[in-house]
Amino acid sequence: MQYLLLIYRSEAEMAKLSSAELTAMYAEYGKFTQEITDSGNYIGGNPLKRTTTATTVRVRDGKRVVTDGPFAETKEQLGGYYLIEAKELDQAISIAARIPGARVGSIEVRPIMPRTQAVQA
Amino acid sequence: MILALMDFEKLHREESGRILSTLIRLLGDFDLAEEMLQEAYAVALQKWPAEGTPANPRSWLISTARHKAIDRLRREQRFGQKAEEIAKTAEFAVGPESELEEEMVGDDRLRLIFTCCHPSLPLEARVALTLRTVCGITTEEISRAFLVPLATMAQRLVRAKGKIREAGIPYRVPSQEELRDRLDGVLLVVYLIFNEGYLASSGDALVRRELCAEAIRLGRVLCGLLPQQAEAQALLGLMLLHDSRRDARVSAEGELILLDEQDRSLWHGEQVREGTQIVESALRRGAAGMYAVQASIAALHANAKTAAETDWAQIAALYDVLLRLRRRQ
Repeated sequence: MQYLLLIYRSEAEMAKLSSAELTAMYAEYGKFTQEITDSGNYIGGNPLKRTTTATTVRVRDGKRVVTDGPFAETKEQLGGYYLIEAKELDQAISIAARIPGARVGSIEVRPIMPRTQAVQA
Repeated sequence: MILALMDFEKLHREESGRILSTLIRLLGDFDLAEEMLQEAYAVALQKWPAEGTPANPRSWLISTARHKAIDRLRREQRFGQKAEEIAKTAEFAVGPESELEEEMVGDDRLRLIFTCCHPSLPLEARVALTLRTVCGITTEEISRAFLVPLATMAQRLVRAKGKIREAGIPYRVPSQEELRDRLDGVLLVVYLIFNEGYLASSGDALVRRELCAEAIRLGRVLCGLLPQQAEAQALLGLMLLHDSRRDARVSAEGELILLDEQDRSLWHGEQVREGTQIVESALRRGAAGMYAVQASIAALHANAKTAAETDWAQIAALYDVLLRLRRRQ
């Protein structure tokens, strides 16, 4: 099964990190990414630019509504993601727990709906 | 031997949790397993009174349910491959009563309990699903016990089973490293079920007493299947000790009677002795968590001849420990 691991952490806290701390953090992520690539779980992933760069798009009554900023104002913001292959949920959870961001933020684990599956409620 | 209807009810209640857990493993689906078990029971109700009860009713029911599942899946053509998988995997699991079978059934029951109590399911759903599938309590009885409309409880169960399917919650006993944490989740569900029955002041009194009995049953199953886990033992001891006072807690008018005013002759002495033994054993094994401390307090109360003779100093010290444990959480 494929899962999307959404990495949420506080941008405000991130902004306080020194460049040495940032470098260390990216190194950790690099190591983690290599590990799950070697184990065959990695499908994709990216860090995202800050939520100040985000734009939200909605269409209501045929009219496009574009607003500045992310979908919702929350204490932790979406900062990146991994797309992985895992046997089942427990394996996905174990992988999510190893993401460096899990120690300071929250990881949402969401199963990908396979293309062949009919839309479920 | 002609099986009376009452015996059948008894069989259903005692065995359905065990049968269901094996069926879920064989068929890979909660709903399918439940439905096929119902169909197997229907056949049994017809055949057994006339032909006699089979030597191994449990095996008969599992075998019948499995065959019905294969037939059903073959008819719904898109699941054809699934049907063949089931036809192949089931052979080794169904056989005459034996130690190996007992072991496998035990494993299946553990799998079922851990799956129903998966942390990915909302807490209320874990409680409901455990009561429904592990304990075999009807949705109607569960909704009455928790004072929730039947439709709400039914929906809760549907969503829980849906999440198990959609999110890929695996049907297995957690690995050694995860076991301790996951067991805490299971113990919490059992504790909640017990408390619902024990502390309730309204709702169907009969059903709520059932809940205490079910929680204790679950506690015994867990201790039997996981004999190394001292904290599970401590919880069982705690529940037995609390439950030993069940006939002294409520006045004829339905009011709660405080501990120091209870008629201690109404406490169930055998149960106090068993509970105390279990708690002592758990403590010797190193249990030192919330349930162990609460159980120690309960044991001190339960073994005091009168309220005045209770070792209040020890109890106070234990409450201090409890407070520290709670703060750490």
